[in-house]
Amino acid sequence: MAVEPVGTPIPATPEHAPRWKRLPVVHQLRTSVGLQRTMLVTGLTLTALFLLTALLAPVLAPYGWAQLRADGELFGAHLEPGGDHLLGTTVAGYDVLSRVIWGSRTALYTIVIGVILSIVVGVVLGLVSGYFGGWLDRVLVVVADAVYAFPSLLLAILAAIVISGGQSSMWGGVMATAVSITVVFIPQYFRVVRAEVVRVKSEAFVESARVVGSGHLRIMTRHVLRNATRTLPLIITLNACEAVLTLAGLGFLGFGIEPTAAGDWGYDLHKALADVTSGIWWTAIPPGLAIVLTALGVTLVGESLNDLADPRLRTRRRAAVVAGEVGSTVAVPGGVLSAGPEGADGIDALEGPPPDVVPEVEPSAEPGTAGQEPTR
Amino acid sequence: MSRPVVEINDLHVTFDTDAGPVQAVRGVHLEVAPGEVLAVVGESGSGKTVTARSILGLLPQTARTTGAVLLSGPGGQEALDVTTISAAQLRRVRGRDAAMVFQEPSSVLNPVFPVGWQIAEGLRAHGRLSRAQARERAVDVLRRVGIPDPEHRVDHYPHQFSGGQKQRIVIAQALVLNPGLVIADEPTTALDVTVQAEILDLLRILPRELDAAILLITHNMGVVADLADRVAVMYGGEIVEQADVRTLFAQPQHPYTRRLLDAVPRVGGARLRQRARETTDSSAAPVVRARGLEVTYPGRLRRPGFRAVAGVDLQIAPGEVLGLVGESGSGKTTIGRAIAGLTHVTAGSLEVLGVEMNGVRERRFRPVRKRIGFVFQDPATSFNPLLTIAQCVAEPLLVHGAAGSVREARARVDELLEAVQLPRSFGARFPHELSGGQRQRASLARALALDPDLLVADEPTSALDVSVQARVLDLFARLQAELGFACLFISRDLAVVDLLADRIAVLHRGALVEEGTGDQVLGAPQHPYTQRLLASLPVPDPVEQAERRARWLELRGG
Repeated sequence: MAVEPVGTPIPATPEHAPRWKRLPVVHQLRTSVGLQRTMLVTGLTLTALFLLTALLAPVLAPYGWAQLRADGELFGAHLEPGGDHLLGTTVAGYDVLSRVIWGSRTALYTIVIGVILSIVVGVVLGLVSGYFGGWLDRVLVVVADAVYAFPSLLLAILAAIVISGGQSSMWGGVMATAVSITVVFIPQYFRVVRAEVVRVKSEAFVESARVVGSGHLRIMTRHVLRNATRTLPLIITLNACEAVLTLAGLGFLGFGIEPTAAGDWGYDLHKALADVTSGIWWTAIPPGLAIVLTALGVTLVGESLNDLADPRLRTRRRAAVVAGEVGSTVAVPGGVLSAGPEGADGIDALEGPPPDVVPEVEPSAEPGTAGQEPTR
Repeated sequence: MSRPVVEINDLHVTFDTDAGPVQAVRGVHLEVAPGEVLAVVGESGSGKTVTARSILGLLPQTARTTGAVLLSGPGGQEALDVTTISAAQLRRVRGRDAAMVFQEPSSVLNPVFPVGWQIAEGLRAHGRLSRAQARERAVDVLRRVGIPDPEHRVDHYPHQFSGGQKQRIVIAQALVLNPGLVIADEPTTALDVTVQAEILDLLRILPRELDAAILLITHNMGVVADLADRVAVMYGGEIVEQADVRTLFAQPQHPYTRRLLDAVPRVGGARLRQRARETTDSSAAPVVRARGLEVTYPGRLRRPGFRAVAGVDLQIAPGEVLGLVGESGSGKTTIGRAIAGLTHVTAGSLEVLGVEMNGVRERRFRPVRKRIGFVFQDPATSFNPLLTIAQCVAEPLLVHGAAGSVREARARVDELLEAVQLPRSFGARFPHELSGGQRQRASLARALALDPDLLVADEPTSALDVSVQARVLDLFARLQAELGFACLFISRDLAVVDLLADRIAVLHRGALVEEGTGDQVLGAPQHPYTQRLLASLPVPDPVEQAERRARWLELRGG
């Protein structure tokens, strides 16, 4: 059972924070404290780094992803880090740093396409299924359960073969990953949205819309959908993370994107496999780190957003001693006015014109005053 | 004078919240003498539950406490300060020195263990008892709280008991260790009136037999009048008045106490509406006419369905307010929902504004919908949390094409908000920024947006504090007189219905047992169920309540 509601004080005119402060991530960032804040900030930094790298790849990368020579001269294979090549070159003679930077672009495409595809299909199916119920709902739930059993990597391999027909291209690889991710993640969006819709559907405000005479489409879009998206951020981040890992896995297994088509972390890892035993570290570690950090950043953002959204998991700033605002109670019956710090003594004042002097908040009690005789 | 069982000295409690620290209790002093019943009354947010919970150290981690809570042990042991003792000591104190009875019996009992096991759990936590001994004690205490056939029922699971019996078991659980103090936090709020009367009776007799004091937390002044010896009134985290129960009801000192007592509705008290029904044209077609109305909810596989409404005949004339009274499960809400087209009629006939609802198609009913308003019970959930109040109130106007956009509807919305005495600026607020009473008034504004001929109000004030309820009911009566809509007013509170209704209909297990004007039904009830219902209702006056209690005991015995 919850504690007696302490109530949020209701000012005469509500002060809505500026719009940018109420945006999803910004709002959480401002309210978080302690470890949760550290997690969120770390996640956001890593994700921002990834996004910036992907967007600014042409500026950041010293060479192209398929570039083998500069000024008509070959780079050379397995050059050690330093000089013209900050992270050295690979066995085939590509610049490692440039391939890692360009690889972030491929990863971003995969994430964006994969997330958009699965979110649209999953949310629409979940909404319709949860709202109308009946046989459609039962069939969709069974199908979703069946799809759960699909291993995403195997599906991605299949999709890679079907889509690119054996030809390796950037969009072939990206689409193969995105499609397999979509298939695997639709059931997750579907389940979550459906469960929320079933919950929201029975709330009084939806019934109220029905009593008013709103049509199904209006109820679904205006009243149900927007209240059913609470847990989506967490799934989006999981979805994005899975997309990065599947793309890398595909490349690592040799179904990835040829180096002439685009940068691909998985492909680079695959080619670096033989280098590791011969003491060449710089071909394996940079793409590996890129995969790990991207996945970690996105997951951290998701995890901390999830924790912050749940009041039972959210940590709050601790109160210093006994001090602070008095939980306001309604002073005037049914009142527009509510009693502030002056408490019961302020009732009559509130009914009339406002008092000239606003009484101060009671000073915080010292522990030493305990044990006094009752004053009332 | 013996030492008090519990002594609270200058207690302050502060909570850490998202909006910064919030003070819930500010300098409370309280004493409970052995064997005494002290009622702490106050509205939500007054800090009464926080005060009570601090006695057992049951506050959440976000709470910060200063002051002293001295709890006496059994046999004159030295009193311990609960706020400072260790967790191990606190565990020893809980149940032995003070026990708690919670509000909702069905969520307090663990559904997967037999009740006897749950009672023995408390015994075993405090002493070495063999299984057989613990069981014996459990049977004994169950017999004391009036569970029939306790030797057999001790092995039953919570779902095999009724709500009232479950609350008895919770009380048994609290009493089994013979604590000096029982804290009862709204022990009867979740129960029906007739069951409430039985539990109050039990709470009156038992602790006295066992020499335990009761700290009763409640917002129901009738319960206070029935049970308490002394009353402390809390407001805004402080105790504003403490007095003997008769003194408090007869001569309340603090203005807040006076206002609180004035706001409590009484059966047979002043009414809010003039009964000018003689002028009603009885030949006019009724707004609602039900004949042999039946609503059956389908059962699970191979099980028969549940008949919520079984053959009800009733009529509502234009401009008339019909009060529908009944306990939970009586089918009153189902009738309201059937009239609004939210539940299918399964048999009989229900005509709403000229449309037969049995087997009606949505397309045929759609045009009628704009002539019906609906006010829901829980103001917390009846607004879409993502829309502003103005958008919510404008919704009916938009749906029925009375306005093209929220902006166009704004003039009408402002007018409606003013009609329900909310400032226009509230239109820009979100529902969570309004108090319960304000939200319920906005809900009324939404229901009246299209100037309906019929309003269905499903327990519109049961979630509100008394003083807030008084204001909403007053407003309701005024708007009804002004706009002249017919109304089905559903409530389980006889006193509230009496304030508003022209006629009162009493439902019992899906059937209409009595119908008539307020004076007929409440003044001279004919049906035994109505008589029992009326006698169970505690009145907010200790002297009168003592007489009523005697009558109730007579009725129960007879």
